[in-house]
Amino acid sequence: MAKEVTPEPTNGLTAHLQERFPGAVEPAPEPYQGLIVSRDRLVEVATYLRDELGYSYLSSVTGVDYPEGTNGLPPRFETVYHLFQPTGGPLVLHVHADREDPTVPSLVPVFPSALFQEREAWDLMGIRFEGHPDLRRILLWEGFDGHPLRKDWHEPYYEQEHKPFDSRFPEGHPVPAEERTPLKQNLRYPPGWSPRGWRPMADVWGYGPHDEVAQQKNPAHPVDRVVLNMGPHHPSTHGVLRLLVTLEGETIQKIEPIVGFLHRCHEKIGERNTWLGNMPYTDRLDYVCSMSNNLGYAIAVEKLLDVEVPERAEYIRVIMAEFTRFLNHAVSIGFTGNDLGIYFTAMLYALEERELILDLFEMTAGSRMMCNYMRFGGVAHDMSEEAVALARELAFERLPRFVDKLEAFFTDNELFRARTIGVGVLPPDVAVAYGCTGPLLRGSGVPYDVRRAEPYSIYSEFDFDIVTGTNGDVYDRYLVRVGEMRQSLRILQQALNRLPGGPVIASKPKATLKVPPGEAYGRIEAPKGELGYYIVSDGGTNPYRYHVRAPSFINLAVMNELCRGHLIADVVIILASIDITMGEVDR
Amino acid sequence: MPPRKRQLPEIPPELVGTVHITPIDAIYNWARKRSLWPIFFGLACCAFEMIGTFASRFDPSRFGMEIMRASPRQADLMIINGTVTKKMLPQVIRLYNQMPEPKYVLAMGACAISGGPFKEGYNVVSGIDKFLPVDVYVPGCPPRPEALLHGFLTIHAKMERESIRDLRWYRKGEADRSIPVPELGPDLVDWRLTEQIEALQQPAASNQ
Repeated sequence: MAKEVTPEPTNGLTAHLQERFPGAVEPAPEPYQGLIVSRDRLVEVATYLRDELGYSYLSSVTGVDYPEGTNGLPPRFETVYHLFQPTGGPLVLHVHADREDPTVPSLVPVFPSALFQEREAWDLMGIRFEGHPDLRRILLWEGFDGHPLRKDWHEPYYEQEHKPFDSRFPEGHPVPAEERTPLKQNLRYPPGWSPRGWRPMADVWGYGPHDEVAQQKNPAHPVDRVVLNMGPHHPSTHGVLRLLVTLEGETIQKIEPIVGFLHRCHEKIGERNTWLGNMPYTDRLDYVCSMSNNLGYAIAVEKLLDVEVPERAEYIRVIMAEFTRFLNHAVSIGFTGNDLGIYFTAMLYALEERELILDLFEMTAGSRMMCNYMRFGGVAHDMSEEAVALARELAFERLPRFVDKLEAFFTDNELFRARTIGVGVLPPDVAVAYGCTGPLLRGSGVPYDVRRAEPYSIYSEFDFDIVTGTNGDVYDRYLVRVGEMRQSLRILQQALNRLPGGPVIASKPKATLKVPPGEAYGRIEAPKGELGYYIVSDGGTNPYRYHVRAPSFINLAVMNELCRGHLIADVVIILASIDITMGEVDR
Repeated sequence: MPPRKRQLPEIPPELVGTVHITPIDAIYNWARKRSLWPIFFGLACCAFEMIGTFASRFDPSRFGMEIMRASPRQADLMIINGTVTKKMLPQVIRLYNQMPEPKYVLAMGACAISGGPFKEGYNVVSGIDKFLPVDVYVPGCPPRPEALLHGFLTIHAKMERESIRDLRWYRKGEADRSIPVPELGPDLVDWRLTEQIEALQQPAASNQ
């Protein structure tokens, strides 16, 4: 099995940048990758990388807290940027900020894809980004006490730094968390704070930017503007998403997704879990496609572990990931039907196939939805003969028929075309600037797919096409999804025909696995876009930093660009065409 | 109160097969349990499994439950299907308050029951029963559709045991079970805990 090689920035690039920006760039010390860029010149260096060297895609922005100095570096906050060329990368940039007053220049003017990610780093890590147009909390609410991802911030139910907790293992006399906290609940307030005389303000702060837009009037058409709330309980917002819309008549002037209603503290809990203990948590990120999430995390950790994955395991991984993609796109198109007003009918067709694919997952992984199937160096269980037979029946017989049926209902449907063609047009340059990935990007005609750009697992061995659209509207995104379902079936048919025998895991998985120190960024083409896991290990049994680059979250940032000027009724279709899962948006 | 055994009046022979006599509780509960409308309300992963339950393979229209209402005003059953976060809790409670009586709450999955795998999280409510009166708990992560169906049947069984004479919502002054809506402050602010929070803050204040 060819081990996948991450292209490192060559010494040539480092030398070139050092010559171009003397004193501002230095290589990061072992075991870190990439470059350390000085805070003052970051925007300059990033602009140069984007315009001159072709690093046009900023994938991930996140922060890491080092309250104690490591590897000869002082105590600091670090912001980490992962930049990619259309084929190649990553180039990792580290920027150091003061531990007491962390301030970093914002990259939003250069890469708008940092818009939400920098807000998230401010919210959870407390790093201020100077020059960010709208630096407010995003996952939590204004007024929350503290920045939770800092290493010295502990939650009310805090028990111990690392799992397994001493109270559970090996003795096992746990005290319920409720009994360890004075209020018997997951609550804690700053000293001296009292609810008496206090007024809730979180909502008021949220409306600020909208009131400004609402005050303006169009001189040609002077009507009052209205600020409207959609959600978080709304049948069309695909979970607990709140959209704050400013309307002029029925036309959208500004739309802002307000997220965080499903913020389950994934990263804070993930930094406490053992490496393997994180695997079931990744299932619950994008709960429609748990297998893909497993795969991304396994690939990220395997980069640090340096294990060989047996060939059969690689094939099974691809089979599972492609079934997941098919499942996700089927359900996504079904939901689009729901949002168009074909209430539940289209959905029922998709759910019928979903049940069959879930049967396959249950036969192999033992669970319908939350599969927890991948392991470092393989998969948890082998595929049985019956499972292979079912997979063959689905991939060769049943699912191709389903795609034909779906196309017969939708593709030439006059009503569907009337509602979707020309709606929510996303120009390719905007899509790239905002860091959109997945069918959203390819619908705009950009043939970018991680399976091709940086092949992982054994995707380089299969024949498949990258499906792209031309106009970048809702209809094209639908066509891309249908095309990808057909390509998934093509990959599945090849994989099932060539499925080799042999073991499915390199070695027996250890519960307390130690991972060599270093940092890694594992990314895969999940059904919704590029799913990235940024992990930092200090050589222990738990991740030191664990960050998920969720495609839904970053794709959602483009919502305002897509919806402005459209009618309110189009919002739900545009949202459905982005295809988000709140578990992944909010983590 | 268990229904008392009572002799039912006899039906004249010419009306047998046309007229049926049954206690009012039986007919009242039968009608209610066969038209229990859940609120169309999705929180997290369990919501997707709930949608799966409401699809063709499991088909809850067998129990008269296939209509999910997006408006709480038309719903009888609230399925808490997923992790309730502190940010979402005020909305969940508002929705519950807007549902008319009689109303039932079903806690679906580990997160709704206790916080589940995310219990220790700083933004997670560790069990919806700290705020809402839960009728049925369905464990699982997520529960299989069969388990959810069993939860529905358990609610039906619970309804069957209720008698129209002592139902809360027909009594004066007892119908309103509104729950004070919490607010978002430095942490979630549960107004019912005001006294306790203040008592807790006293020593901290005097130390300073």
